[in-house]
Amino acid sequence: MEYFLGVDIGSISTKGVIIDSNLNIIANSYLWTKGNPVDSIKRLLNDLKKQVSDDIKIVGVGTTGSARKLIGAMLKASVVKNEITAHAVGTSTLYPDVRTILEIGGQDSKIILLKDGIVTDYNMNTLCAAGTGSFLSSQAKRLDVLVEDFGKIALTSKNPAKIAARCTVFAESDLVHKAQMGYKKEDIIAGLCYSVCNNYLSNVAKGKKIEEPIIFQGGVSKNIGVQKAFKDIIGKDIIVDKFGHLMGAYGVSILALKSKERREFTFSVTDDDFETKGITCNKCGNNCEIVLVKQNNKLIDAWGNRCENGQVKI
Amino acid sequence: MNKIISFPHLGNYSVPISFLLRELTKYEVRESPPITKKTLEIGSKYAPDTVCVPFKYNLGNFIETLDNGSDILIQAGGGCRYGYYSEVQEKILRDLGYNFEFINLIDSDKMKIREVYRTFKKMNKHLNFFKFSYYMLLTIQMIRYMDKLDEIIRHRIGFSLNIKDFTNNKSKMLDEFSKVNSFYSLTRKYFKYKKIFKNIKIIKPNNCIKIGIIGELYTAMEPFSSYFLEMELAKNNIEIKRFTNLTYLLFQKRRQTKKMLGKIKDYCTYTLGADGMDNVYRCKYLIDNKYDGIIHTKPFGCTPEVGAIPIIEKICSDNCMPIIFFSFDSQTSEVGIKTRLEAFYDMLNVKKG
Repeated sequence: MEYFLGVDIGSISTKGVIIDSNLNIIANSYLWTKGNPVDSIKRLLNDLKKQVSDDIKIVGVGTTGSARKLIGAMLKASVVKNEITAHAVGTSTLYPDVRTILEIGGQDSKIILLKDGIVTDYNMNTLCAAGTGSFLSSQAKRLDVLVEDFGKIALTSKNPAKIAARCTVFAESDLVHKAQMGYKKEDIIAGLCYSVCNNYLSNVAKGKKIEEPIIFQGGVSKNIGVQKAFKDIIGKDIIVDKFGHLMGAYGVSILALKSKERREFTFSVTDDDFETKGITCNKCGNNCEIVLVKQNNKLIDAWGNRCENGQVKI
Repeated sequence: MNKIISFPHLGNYSVPISFLLRELTKYEVRESPPITKKTLEIGSKYAPDTVCVPFKYNLGNFIETLDNGSDILIQAGGGCRYGYYSEVQEKILRDLGYNFEFINLIDSDKMKIREVYRTFKKMNKHLNFFKFSYYMLLTIQMIRYMDKLDEIIRHRIGFSLNIKDFTNNKSKMLDEFSKVNSFYSLTRKYFKYKKIFKNIKIIKPNNCIKIGIIGELYTAMEPFSSYFLEMELAKNNIEIKRFTNLTYLLFQKRRQTKKMLGKIKDYCTYTLGADGMDNVYRCKYLIDNKYDGIIHTKPFGCTPEVGAIPIIEKICSDNCMPIIFFSFDSQTSEVGIKTRLEAFYDMLNVKKG
């Protein structure tokens, strides 16, 4: 049997799955990126390795997420794909009739519309981080609660506060204002959950027709407060899969399976020493930022140059 | 000492513009340094923050070329905020303490050939109307030929075995065009390169993905401002159709306005300023001609396009046409654009099966 590894490395969390050729997830892992993708990928691989027997043969690797290129170079991935395609492929494999995917991650949020398993439209947040996971976790810190408890506390509120959701900065000052006015903590937290949904629906999902079945995924989907807020505001049933946070990794592992390329992958990569370095090319006014990736002191990949002046020979 | 004349960049059109200025004025023509990120940084530093991004590129071009020793700057007007560019830019540059002459080629909305002649006559006393007309027409012909060859390239470059076959030949072509001296030599060069571009070996499947690019003119014509969008598409085996070029803006647009409005009367009754209505029509055209997707580009805050977008969205949703909108600004993240673009052609690819 052939096995495939899919890695989704985002700004906040790193997700990985190993699937067999029947598309079953046989190992999965979810941990924090902590601003160090190289290190987090090693921890991820060690965690995955523990879950599978030693003799399985991984023949394809796919990467997605904002550090997909870097990790793709590290793991010699056969597929390096954007998050939108990866999420769509993963979700529509488990739910072939899905019409709408709502996804809120650490720093990005997106909506994907599908019909008959084919993406017909999508959108991704552009300017503002309001209504993403990092906004919620920074507010949790301000209110001195664990972000993991956010949902539970929100559900206890009977009268959610209205919080201006247009922009992170305004939302934060409004939140302070509501707290000083004397609102209860749970009402403010519930209000935040609603404001995340409102922000998402008026920015990312603007003008998009949300049709059932609707699947809500990404890290924020684990927050039951936001789940409830979405159900209330949209007025339709919303599915949250227990693997919802892994869909990107699952999708890209399927893409690795579907690609014709086969290249054996071993976990020994975790013993290698990786070094990344950003340099600025000063050969013209573009000042391109070129990234160099070294494996055991040997240059394996470089990118970032706009013209041939900045081409790095490997 | 001979004065140096310069102008802002717009794609490859610096070749015919330099050519015209060289032939008609007695000044030395010095092109602005090529656009880089630094150009945009300088432009953004001195431009009003909310102005559309072509203004910032133009201003950056001016400052870089003034620092490079130019004495005379040329700018032209247009049908939207662009019409105010020259006055505001001149004021900003004077406030910065630069000393220069500023020439606005097109003062009003329409180009009046006699006024342009008068402007050139001021720059060169020995110019006569015959010489002026001859080189004006020759330049126009050069622009037409360039646009025609570009169209061939856009059809084929996505399927070349080596993209450099096209790009290298194109730079050679531009170089040779800049050295022509008569209609005869220009036409010969045109046919020479037409043959070259048509004979470069490509592997093009019959059901390849075809994408139409519509939107505002500067982001359409200046590849740097759209992060080399067309090149990115070409690398992914896509046939590109682009409508906006100088030939269109200078000659075809005026003649076609009525016809275009007629074709889209269900959606649009009036023109929308600049190319707004044109883009609505182009959408209809792309749908009727069975293109697979549309990419709409504009600078952030481009008013005519902001007006056109809801209409375009309506046409596209009525006809199930995939469309993606890009808004470019000095703050745009390149990675974000690439991610969305990649997802777009993944989507088209899967749809096509």
